[in-house]
Amino acid sequence: MPCDQWRAQIDAYLDRELSASDSRAMADHLQQCPDCTAEVLEHLQLKRAIATVGPSDTPSAQFRARIMQSVTTKPRPAKQWLWRLVLAPAVLVLLLSLAVNLYVDHEKAERSRVYSELADLHVSTLASGTPVDVVSTDRHTVKPWFEGKLPFTFNLPELQGTDFTLVGGRMTYLGQAPGAHLIYRIRKHELSVFIFQDRGGDTAGLSSGPIPEFSFNAEGWRKNGLRYFVVGDVSAADIESLSKLLRDAA
Amino acid sequence: MEVPEQPLSAAVFEDLALPLFDQLYNFAHWLTHDRSEAEDLVQETYAKALRGFSSFQTGTNFRAWMFRILRNSFLSSRTGLKSTVAIGDDEDEAIVSSDPTPEAVLIAQADRETVRQALRELSVPYREILLLCEVEEMSYDEIAQTLTIPAGTVMSRLHRARKALRASLSARLKGGSNAM
Repeated sequence: MPCDQWRAQIDAYLDRELSASDSRAMADHLQQCPDCTAEVLEHLQLKRAIATVGPSDTPSAQFRARIMQSVTTKPRPAKQWLWRLVLAPAVLVLLLSLAVNLYVDHEKAERSRVYSELADLHVSTLASGTPVDVVSTDRHTVKPWFEGKLPFTFNLPELQGTDFTLVGGRMTYLGQAPGAHLIYRIRKHELSVFIFQDRGGDTAGLSSGPIPEFSFNAEGWRKNGLRYFVVGDVSAADIESLSKLLRDAA
Repeated sequence: MEVPEQPLSAAVFEDLALPLFDQLYNFAHWLTHDRSEAEDLVQETYAKALRGFSSFQTGTNFRAWMFRILRNSFLSSRTGLKSTVAIGDDEDEAIVSSDPTPEAVLIAQADRETVRQALRELSVPYREILLLCEVEEMSYDEIAQTLTIPAGTVMSRLHRARKALRASLSARLKGGSNAM
């Protein structure tokens, strides 16, 4: 076949419109014919040049949205809606319960960590030779002793007419924060009262109330930007009444 | 894109037509050279196609059908009517006899802007068939359906379109080198 006839097929060859056998024949011919090969190369370059400049302009996002909206008329099949209706709240409940569990677990761990630290402070203080640095049964002596030592101030209750007596006070630290540690006595039992600033950190998530899973009885609450803890080996009722006195004084 | 036999619903239309959005817009922009005209054209195409979807013959080529609607809308638009007038002159004069000049070298030299410009100024029948073939990579059969011409005409028109583009590029490049 003369080259003219081969060349007439070049377009179809490159556009993949030749039959498989014709295409193979063309490939065989090109192997032996540099002129036709040059021609094929030229056609190929033209094809590529057009393809390269093909993308003319990109549609705007607004226009795309407009068309999408005009075409999207189909209501989603009912089944899919049903699935979503059922599934979405179910997933939500699952996630929520997981989150609550995590939060509760975290809070429990945080609570027991803080309270065991406070219990350690309580025990080690009472075991030491000098449990208190300011020895006084007079709240008007104990309270001023903390001035200049703590970045906050607090009020102590009047104990007249109660079974409690004030033993004294000392500086203490919980999670690197300074606080007041006061020792009270009731029927030969000592109780510790801790007062810290409520910094939203370590002691932030702690709930108030008695701590049942704790070997001591204890209670904690927050008031006026301060965090109070009462720890002792007395009954919950005694802890509660001291807590009430402190709460009322603050 | 052969459409399987199935009930022709709006949902089916959406699934078939939306993926063609970028291609249709690009083609429209090549025809009109204008953003807002291209948008109008695409919008009109989708509206017409959606209305006429029930008459679309399943088992035939959906992409060719959509491009045909777009092209026909263009040809009946003001810009399209103007451009069709110019074809007659263009068709006879632009085609140069195939002389064996080493045009491969010339085309290789052409930068994208030169090619874009040459393609842009090609008459609509040549421009559209080149775009459908090289950019949309349609088969001759699809092109025939889109342009509603016999399959045999696709090949000869493509051949002439390529010749015209080659000539235009060649003139631009030779003109460019003369000027230097």
